[in-house]
Amino acid sequence: MAETEKNKVIKPIKNFAMQEYISSGHRACQGCAEVLAVRHVLKAIGPDMILAMATGCMEIISSPYPLTSWNIPWIHVAFENAAAVASGVESGLKALRRKGRVPDRDVTIVAMGGDGGTTDIGFQALSGMMERGHRVIYVCVDNEAYMNTGIQRSSSTPFGATTTTSPAGRVKPAGEMTWKKDMVAIAAAHGIPYAATACPTFFTDLQKKIQKAKEVDGPSYIHILSVCPTGWRIPPNKAIEYGQLAVDTGVFPLYEVEKGVWKLNRKPKELKPISEYFKGQGRYRHLDEKFTSEIQDKITEKWNKLVKFCE
Amino acid sequence: MGRKVGVEVSIAAADAVGLCDVDVVAAYPITPQTHVVEHLSELCASGSLDAEFVPVESEHSAMSVCCGSAAAGARTFTATSSQGLALMAEIVFIASSMRLPIVMFLANRALSSPLSIWNDHSDTMMVRDSGWIQVFCENGQEVYDAVFHAFRVAEDARVSLPVMINVDGFNLTHVIEPIEFWTKEMTQKYLPEFKPIHRLHPDKVVTMGAFGMPEIYTEAKMAQNDALLKSFPVIKQGWDELADLTGRKYSPVETYRTEDAETIILGMGSICETASLAVDQMRERGKKAGLVKLRLWRPLPVDDIKKAIARAKDVLVLDRAVSFGAANAPVTSEIRAIMYHESNRPNIHNVIAGLGGRDVTPDHVIEMLEMALADKTHGYNIFGVRS
Ligand SMILES: Cc1ncc(C[n+]2csc(CCOP(=O)(O)OP(=O)(O)O)c2C)c(N)n1
Ligand code: SF4
Ligand SMILES: [Mg+2]
Repeated sequence: MAETEKNKVIKPIKNFAMQEYISSGHRACQGCAEVLAVRHVLKAIGPDMILAMATGCMEIISSPYPLTSWNIPWIHVAFENAAAVASGVESGLKALRRKGRVPDRDVTIVAMGGDGGTTDIGFQALSGMMERGHRVIYVCVDNEAYMNTGIQRSSSTPFGATTTTSPAGRVKPAGEMTWKKDMVAIAAAHGIPYAATACPTFFTDLQKKIQKAKEVDGPSYIHILSVCPTGWRIPPNKAIEYGQLAVDTGVFPLYEVEKGVWKLNRKPKELKPISEYFKGQGRYRHLDEKFTSEIQDKITEKWNKLVKFCE
Repeated sequence: MGRKVGVEVSIAAADAVGLCDVDVVAAYPITPQTHVVEHLSELCASGSLDAEFVPVESEHSAMSVCCGSAAAGARTFTATSSQGLALMAEIVFIASSMRLPIVMFLANRALSSPLSIWNDHSDTMMVRDSGWIQVFCENGQEVYDAVFHAFRVAEDARVSLPVMINVDGFNLTHVIEPIEFWTKEMTQKYLPEFKPIHRLHPDKVVTMGAFGMPEIYTEAKMAQNDALLKSFPVIKQGWDELADLTGRKYSPVETYRTEDAETIILGMGSICETASLAVDQMRERGKKAGLVKLRLWRPLPVDDIKKAIARAKDVLVLDRAVSFGAANAPVTSEIRAIMYHESNRPNIHNVIAGLGGRDVTPDHVIEMLEMALADKTHGYNIFGVRS
């Protein structure tokens, strides 16, 4: 077949692992960027890993007994304890390696939870894991609500988004009326060697960050914005685009904190207005100009602060 | 044979865990369990025990760390009590369902409120149906020996289930008793290296903790119950071999002066020592009294219990917890259910005693018996309530 503009062969990306560690055939919704984020995380680490996962979309779509999507050792125990389970796996293997009962080989331990499993109910377990210094990469796949149970708000749901428990009404005209919890700052405040944000739209940046986290001697925290077409009420083919807009409007900046040093990884010359990001998202449909400009002010203020921090 | 020394029971239990060469200890302090974890952290800090001590931020995380560590194939221990068990309860049920062989020292303590740090069995009864093997102890030596037995049974490939050692708070945890210690050689002979059927490791990929649709959930629960029931012979074998090694013989149900007994007292834990003194007193007065000590609570030794009490006229079950709004207290419920279909069955009486650390003396036990025999309602009485 002749190569045309339509069926153009995409060149393989350098250093991009072809191996898949989460198989297709899982039950995620069409266009889910959360499972895409998981896929990139696993590719970046490779086969020598163990994944402890919290209850949530990614767990439910991947493990209906007797089926499994996982080509790596995987464990799910409960909703709020992925960080603690991973702490246990790490401690167990550490002792067993020392005593010569398992091969003396480095295995990367990853804990993964949604924004609910991380910023709300699993917050304490995560803090404990980071404070105790377990060598675990904690990945939060943040789709900004409890999607698995039907789009309820979490402390990571942004101001102005509607969910099934933050509906817009006369008393609460904006829907969700609190600001998103700043998890990376909280993680960094634990003094861990590496914390970062990422988004699967920028997958090379995401993979690089995971590889950095893999190398550090101690806990690391990666917060990944994972666009959820179902919960955000956008068409399934738009997840990548909205990820780009979130970053380019400053709603979700890409940055990292390496040994206490803050660094912006993508700095657009000029931020796009957030109205471009809100447009087409059902969860923001109710917002009037007043709220939009209020949110715009806050985003600009936070962005400027971050830029200063990263200087 | 090991040496015999006077030592606090909690310290001895921690030493036993150390002798077992445990790999991971994850625990959060709570009275009256603290001495166990304090001593284990000392052993780790001094280097005399090569284990990872994980000082978790809550009991919920303690049990979660234990799940991760046992899933990785490490020998795993935790200890808790009362509110701590309540906080970790969600994961206690998951640990057994995932067949993770964790050993827990439970310093039995009352549940709040009112807050009480003292002994009864309401904590362990809360997780009665969690699928753990639950063992009770009467004295320090039993607690010490139970640790070796617990690891051996839990990790046996035929069992692969968590084991809870119930130790009455203060009444047992904090008393100094003469205990015959094991040697390293005895331990190695009795307790083989933990070789899990599956372990979380990239060398052999497994998925653990999948979710169950209605088509398989029933079968999963059936299999879990089967596993717990089938642990029974392994538990007994473990005790038999312990007897060969130490000369101390343990059984799921133990009897004291029951051969010709018309009246039998049945209990679990340290109250049995008190009850045995009451039996002696009654025997001196010419009353045909005996004692049945239930060591194994889960899996329940149904046939052994039947055999032990079938010939008595009256059985008094001493419960250490209330099942609010129920027909009986927890232990009595089981005993009455077991005996219901027997043509020869004793009158089964129920007294609840020793709640929240209320002292129980041998005289009290005799009083309870009189109180129970006088009551013809087949309900239950709470002993010692002050008006
Ligand atoms: C202790 C407990 N509380 C509540 C739930 C119900 N529950 C399961 S998943 C979930 C939400 C998950 O949200 P999130 O962590 O954001 O993951 P997502 O599904 O959005 O990927 C909730 C509330 C539970 N499983 N356990
Ligand atoms: S609800 Fe959202 S996060 Fe969950 S599978 Fe569907 S698209 Fe993905
Ligand atoms: Mg979510």
